[in-house]
Amino acid sequence: MNLLPALVSGLALGSMYGLLALGFHVTYAVSGTVNFSQGSSMTLGAVLGFFFVVLWGWPFALAAPMVLILCALYGAAVERFVVRPFVQRGSDNWLMATVAVGIIVDNLVLFTFGKEPRSFPSSLAVRPIQLAEGAGVYPLQLIIPVLGFTLAAALHLLLRRTRLGIAMLAVVQNPDAARLMGIDVRRTIATSYAVSAVLAGIAGLLIAPLFNVSSDMGTLFGIKAFAAAIIGGLGSAWGVMLAGVCLGVIESLITSTLGSVYTQILTFAAVILILFALPNGLLGQAGVKKV
Amino acid sequence: MALDRLAGFATLSRRRALGLGAALAATSVLVGPTLAADPIKIGLVTALSGQSARAGEALTRGLTIAIDEINAKGGVLGRKLELVRRDDESNPSKGLLAARELVQREKVAVLFGGLDTPVALAIVPFINSAKVPFIDPWAAGTNITHNGANPNFAFRVSAMDDSVDKAMVQYAVKHFSAKKPGLILVNNPWGESNERGLLAALKEANIAPAGVEKFEGNDVDVVPQLTRLKQAGADVLFLVGNVGPSSQVVKSLDRMGWMPPIVSHWGPAGGRFTELAGPSARNVIFVQTYSFFGKQSPVGERVLAALKAKYPDIKGPGDITPAVGYANAYDGMHLAALAIAKAGSTNGEAIREALFNIDRYEGLIKTYERPFSPTNPDALNENDYIWTRFEDNQIVPVTN
Repeated sequence: MNLLPALVSGLALGSMYGLLALGFHVTYAVSGTVNFSQGSSMTLGAVLGFFFVVLWGWPFALAAPMVLILCALYGAAVERFVVRPFVQRGSDNWLMATVAVGIIVDNLVLFTFGKEPRSFPSSLAVRPIQLAEGAGVYPLQLIIPVLGFTLAAALHLLLRRTRLGIAMLAVVQNPDAARLMGIDVRRTIATSYAVSAVLAGIAGLLIAPLFNVSSDMGTLFGIKAFAAAIIGGLGSAWGVMLAGVCLGVIESLITSTLGSVYTQILTFAAVILILFALPNGLLGQAGVKKV
Repeated sequence: MALDRLAGFATLSRRRALGLGAALAATSVLVGPTLAADPIKIGLVTALSGQSARAGEALTRGLTIAIDEINAKGGVLGRKLELVRRDDESNPSKGLLAARELVQREKVAVLFGGLDTPVALAIVPFINSAKVPFIDPWAAGTNITHNGANPNFAFRVSAMDDSVDKAMVQYAVKHFSAKKPGLILVNNPWGESNERGLLAALKEANIAPAGVEKFEGNDVDVVPQLTRLKQAGADVLFLVGNVGPSSQVVKSLDRMGWMPPIVSHWGPAGGRFTELAGPSARNVIFVQTYSFFGKQSPVGERVLAALKAKYPDIKGPGDITPAVGYANAYDGMHLAALAIAKAGSTNGEAIREALFNIDRYEGLIKTYERPFSPTNPDALNENDYIWTRFEDNQIVPVTN
């Protein structure tokens, strides 16, 4: 049996999960919290892109930065109004609050964009490149993993090798001590949420041409990305990206060898098994507090 | 003192009431005899907002054109027909509430509705207990009309899953000499209903399928499923899914460089299929009940002219989309009016009996002869379907 098409599909799909999952990693590394509605942030990115590029005819070079700026503002707002008030009170209610924000965003999108799925054309998703018989990919599907791993590397270097990054990590270790050392804790955490939403926006813009833009496009992605983030170890950018790819490949291999009936059952059974064997995820470190 | 004031108030309001009554009487005399009898109300519960709003509007227009024709000839039982519609937002509980309101408060004689199978299924038990005929002009779920109730007040002038499945198999055998079809179905109750229907139809035709594969409504990539079907030797694909998921199947086939004939349920008709699926969208042949393209019957010509005259946005057949909504609702309304006339009253049970006794009606989709019976609540069957595909943004028939 020729597994190459499934492998290629899985790699492309998995890097989309990984890319979105990096957003969970960024905020977790800095604040120990995550925006559970990362999928909705992705929808927001795709829908904003659709409005700018398809409906209003902006050039992509103008639309993309605009989308990412708006996503950053959205991310910072989520932190300021939905996460911070609860964290300050020492409450874990930000968990539900971020889920609620996601539902609100989905419905606002539904209200403004409508229910009808629309296409987001891209010249990078028109002509497939045939890697082998039956294993064609769009150029965009090759760009996503490259970009995903580049971003993971950049985040890794930023957090581990730069003063800013080390200051950010200090925030999660001991916010009070960090504040005493002159680190602006609030701004650092807000920035991490902005970066997280920007990553989701990038994922949205890249995935939309392969998929259709619709108000619920991020729901399933968000869940799978969260699974990837947990498997990878929330604290490790490499781990998260790697886990995303593994999840995608496992999914597609199960579908192509055993059939689609078993895909979800076995994929998520594999998730449990991996977590059982590696409680801190693929590349996570022991002692890290799990959400 | 207080009593005096009360008495004064009573006199005043009595006088005012008398005045009002006189004024009302005068108005009705002035307006003339058309208002002498109350109109017979026809209900419609459908999605008028959201993804299916266009389809809901098509049903409205189909019913309206038929009602205009009937009213121009003096109405039914000497009374005009009047359409009362409610939005169900594709939500079963809202659909049921709206159906209740139309039956209990508006006292509709016949209820049309149920664009979505789940909404129709929510309405059916209520309609059977309220004993008001329900005509489904769209939703295809087999158990909407075949619901086990006795007496059953649910009727349909539309496609039905089981019949569509039979027709899909017949079409694939006749036109593509299908010997080993593969099934690619959306993973929801609609996909499941058609899995049963297709497998039964294939068994009847003595054909073994290459395989049955499911995909999620928001799957990005269906290549693994399709690769399985390809490796199992599928020569034709049977596709069941709404427009979004169907487009993902076509795009995945494009990437694989594999384009077998695709015979589909009517999912692609529900949206911008060509925009979503790209140029290969035209490879998908799907079922419809009617098309305003091509040579029309005299009834077709008449309806087309009436639609153009009434709705400025309709310039030609390409603007009448989805055509099935217009056609099913138009024929359904005429059948309902014939039944009300035959029943001689707006009593639900009488209308139901009368629906069984309609001898012949020359309609838009076909000439109906005894369209309904207690064992057959569906006016259309697999021989009444047509096969179509998208050419750019228009649904056009393919030559049978």
